Amino acid sequence: MATENIMRVNLKVWRQAGPKEKGAFVTYENVETTPDTSFLETLDILNETLVEKGEEPIVFDHDCREGICGMCSLYINGHPHGPATGATTCQLYMRRFKNGETITVEPWRSAAFPVIKDLMVNRNAYDQIQQAGGYVSFNCGGAQDANAIPISKEIADEAMDSATCIGCGACAAACKNGSAMLFVSAKVSQLALLPQGKVEAAARAKAMVAKMDELGFGNCTNTGACAAECPKNISLSNIARLNREFLCAKFKD
Amino acid sequence: MNLFILNSSIGRKLVMSITGLFLVLFLTFHMCMNIVALFSAEAYNMICEFLGANWYALVGTAVLAAGFIIHIIYALVLTIQNRKARGNDRYEVTSRPKSVEWASQNMLALGVVILSFLALHLYHFWAKMQLVELQHMAGTNVDTSMVTNGAYYIQQTFSNPVNVVLYLIALCALWFHLSHGFWSALQSMGLDNKTWFNRVKNIGIVYATILVGGFAIVVIAFFIKSLCCAA
Repeated sequence: MATENIMRVNLKVWRQAGPKEKGAFVTYENVETTPDTSFLETLDILNETLVEKGEEPIVFDHDCREGICGMCSLYINGHPHGPATGATTCQLYMRRFKNGETITVEPWRSAAFPVIKDLMVNRNAYDQIQQAGGYVSFNCGGAQDANAIPISKEIADEAMDSATCIGCGACAAACKNGSAMLFVSAKVSQLALLPQGKVEAAARAKAMVAKMDELGFGNCTNTGACAAECPKNISLSNIARLNREFLCAKFKD
Repeated sequence: MNLFILNSSIGRKLVMSITGLFLVLFLTFHMCMNIVALFSAEAYNMICEFLGANWYALVGTAVLAAGFIIHIIYALVLTIQNRKARGNDRYEVTSRPKSVEWASQNMLALGVVILSFLALHLYHFWAKMQLVELQHMAGTNVDTSMVTNGAYYIQQTFSNPVNVVLYLIALCALWFHLSHGFWSALQSMGLDNKTWFNRVKNIGIVYATILVGGFAIVVIAFFIKSLCCAA
């Protein structure tokens, strides 16, 4: 590590011993890292020093560290997944911050995502919504010839764009209403756009919205904060599609 | 349909959208009517007479009031639910992304400004016109000679600079409310997609500007007129 590349940051981190405990911010000063170190690695470095000192390391979610698993979270300096757009926390590098900067790190704050410990929240609510209807329940058979089902390039692209949602929870975390609409709309859209998913589209929209409401997520007011903060750039047009699918389904009942 | 407009989030938003667009429609009629006052006080008073205390105007007023009340009650219910969904702990640091309009996050506050203005506005006009007519019909001894002289009340109200400032502030709040409200209503009703996203947003802003501009012109014109007459 070349000495000129070393940078120091102050990490103001939310520490909370358990779901029912009262949490508070703890500031760790002069954490040594480099601009090319990822944000999660910087937390790892800090944790090593905490372990050496015999303190409890900071608990945070992470897994693949390449932006596809949806496990990492963190509300960094007022943004879910930090200041970078279209990237997850694991894809965030320290060069985004200034030397000597104080970085505030908070867990997702949403009634439906209770804190488990420190920065780790329980995102089981999204799994429950997915289980309520985010699937195709019949046998589609084996892989068919690619040209057997004609789908236009635009529709295929849009379905793929919706399917890139990793269910990380940044949308609900960014929303001032704690709404999960961007997530639910992406999951409904990726299937509703394609012939196999269209069959159950109405039932799916109703079941997933009912579960979302039941779990205590808020009502969408179209501020667009979700799409602006989404690490996968999921579009707000998905929400319009979900509204359409849901309302059409309800009016047919 | 098992009451989805009451017990589902998207259903409740549908009610907000429909009542909101209904109020936009009302504002459109109101603005067109006001523009008439710029050209002819006589023609404006004819409209006032037409919209006096007769059965169709009263039904219209009742439906309009219902539109306002439903829109406001749903706004309060949705806001309370949303605050609950946000949880008890607030973020220490928050930052609004550039693409998020200020109005979209302050719709309730803007609505409160508009509602307070509405009370003042009803006091300035409705209380002196349709209400007096209704009192007369109920047998109260009131002077009905001025109940359809809307042009006089416009002149009287906007010759006072305090009213002019209050009305213009309220119109600004209305512009911000509509700049988000119009496209948001269409989005909630599902009438939006990638192609129409920016179009709907821009149509909303242009429409809000025409509407608010139409109201503002009348306020300013009558204020200037009062200055000229005084001088």
